[in-house]
Amino acid sequence: MNAPILVSLGRVGKVFANGVTALDGLDLDVREGDFLSLLGPSGCGKSTVLRLIAGLTEPTSGIVTWPGSSDADHRGEVGFVFQEPTLMPWANVADNVWLPLRLRGVSRREAKDRIAESLALVRLEDFAKAYPRELSGGMKMRVSIARALSVRPRLLLMDEPFAALDEITRFKLNDDLLEARRELNCTIVFVTHSVYESAYLSSRIAVLSPRPGRVVAEIAGASPWERSGDFRTSLAYSDLCRQASRALTSSMTGERLQ
Amino acid sequence: MTRDPLKLALPLAVFVMAIAGWEIYVRAADVPPYILPAPSLIAATMKADWPLLSASLLVTLKTTLAALVLAVFGGVTLAAALSLSRIVEYSLYPFAVVLQVTPVIAIAPLLLIYMPQDVAVLACAWLVAFFPILSNTMLGLQSVDRNLLELFRLYGAPAHEGWSARLGSRLKAFWYLRRPAALPAFLAGLRIAGGLSLIGAVVAEMAAGSAGAGSGLAYRIIESQYRLNIPRLFAALVLLALMGVILFLALSALTRILLRHWHESALPREA
Repeated sequence: MNAPILVSLGRVGKVFANGVTALDGLDLDVREGDFLSLLGPSGCGKSTVLRLIAGLTEPTSGIVTWPGSSDADHRGEVGFVFQEPTLMPWANVADNVWLPLRLRGVSRREAKDRIAESLALVRLEDFAKAYPRELSGGMKMRVSIARALSVRPRLLLMDEPFAALDEITRFKLNDDLLEARRELNCTIVFVTHSVYESAYLSSRIAVLSPRPGRVVAEIAGASPWERSGDFRTSLAYSDLCRQASRALTSSMTGERLQ
Repeated sequence: MTRDPLKLALPLAVFVMAIAGWEIYVRAADVPPYILPAPSLIAATMKADWPLLSASLLVTLKTTLAALVLAVFGGVTLAAALSLSRIVEYSLYPFAVVLQVTPVIAIAPLLLIYMPQDVAVLACAWLVAFFPILSNTMLGLQSVDRNLLELFRLYGAPAHEGWSARLGSRLKAFWYLRRPAALPAFLAGLRIAGGLSLIGAVVAEMAAGSAGAGSGLAYRIIESQYRLNIPRLFAALVLLALMGVILFLALSALTRILLRHWHESALPREA
């Protein structure tokens, strides 16, 4: 049942330069094939967890390990999607998707097929030549996801990517993300403050406490993976929402759930 | 992109009316030409003195353009060096500021002592045009989306691969990210510098004040003032103003062409 561990955070603490303790004694295992949602109130250090996994920042205490691989540097295996699309406004969609490959020395010609595939994954095949300012918010986010997928990451880290989008666009992107994940078979860690989004997407939900953040509850998400159109109205879904919601509430009031 | 015809017609009408009013006033009140020459007399002087004026125009134009080109070269090079290295920034930037805040007209006499006259004039114009390019380009290079820089850290050279790899990734971030991000601010600086290099050239020519061959329009103005040749003074002034306008229009057009795909400032305004 349990897949091998991809990344493991052990007793991780993080104190920022300004003295704020973001994380304290956080334990978390990311397993291969997970769609793991980190659910928590704002300011609980969810984003910091992603940055620790990506190697963009170092823990103050505790340890981040990648048991499955011996290489000391894992950033090559990671894709990152920020809360904002953060596209380069001067480059068209295809060139934006090319960026991570370009940084690794892949020429535009060599990257051509990969760019096209990545854009197809997010259903933007017809917009390769468009500039970011010509796109809607949802389409910009699709480009941002295509950019992260262009390196075919083993692990995709997403930091509240759909928080700024309207609900209809978000639902559509949720489904397309699940589909892209199925196709590429990558592991995803997804930060969100939406109970419903985490319940819909995840195979596992980790609920974090308010700052300093720690994992206070883990909830097994829905399986099987196929999300039919009526999953949003199913009993399983509403039950998941109720569980996640209850865990979040009790994390806010400080009581431990077991 | 449709253009509003009024945008061209209105200022043109105001201009024609002002010139006509000026002409009528001078004729009606019989103002002597050494006080205020009529536009028709200025036009006639322009035509009669064209060999002299055009030679001067060429001198000032050359100084202005050379100063602008050198200011772009120096300003951008220094801004790039300052943005790539803290050490360079801390050691040099204060001096650039000191040079900028010292009025150039006060430096001009000194430069004239140490340098041949044409070089000194060029140096003055360069000094004035240089700073807006430096400061704007630096601002642009620094105003890169932080998340985009994080992407470079994520996909670029790992931290443990030594200084040459780190320098390489810094240069990559500079070329792929900071350079295009700085373009709008650089162009804004360039438009300011275009006008300022002309001002610098004029100020320096006035301070230098040499006669004979190789003297520019500003010198012609001073000379005409001494000789009470006011129509020629006006003619030289008109040429200077025209040069400034054309320079500004050219630089604005350049901005629009370079930024048309992506920058808000270059997009047609919604009605």
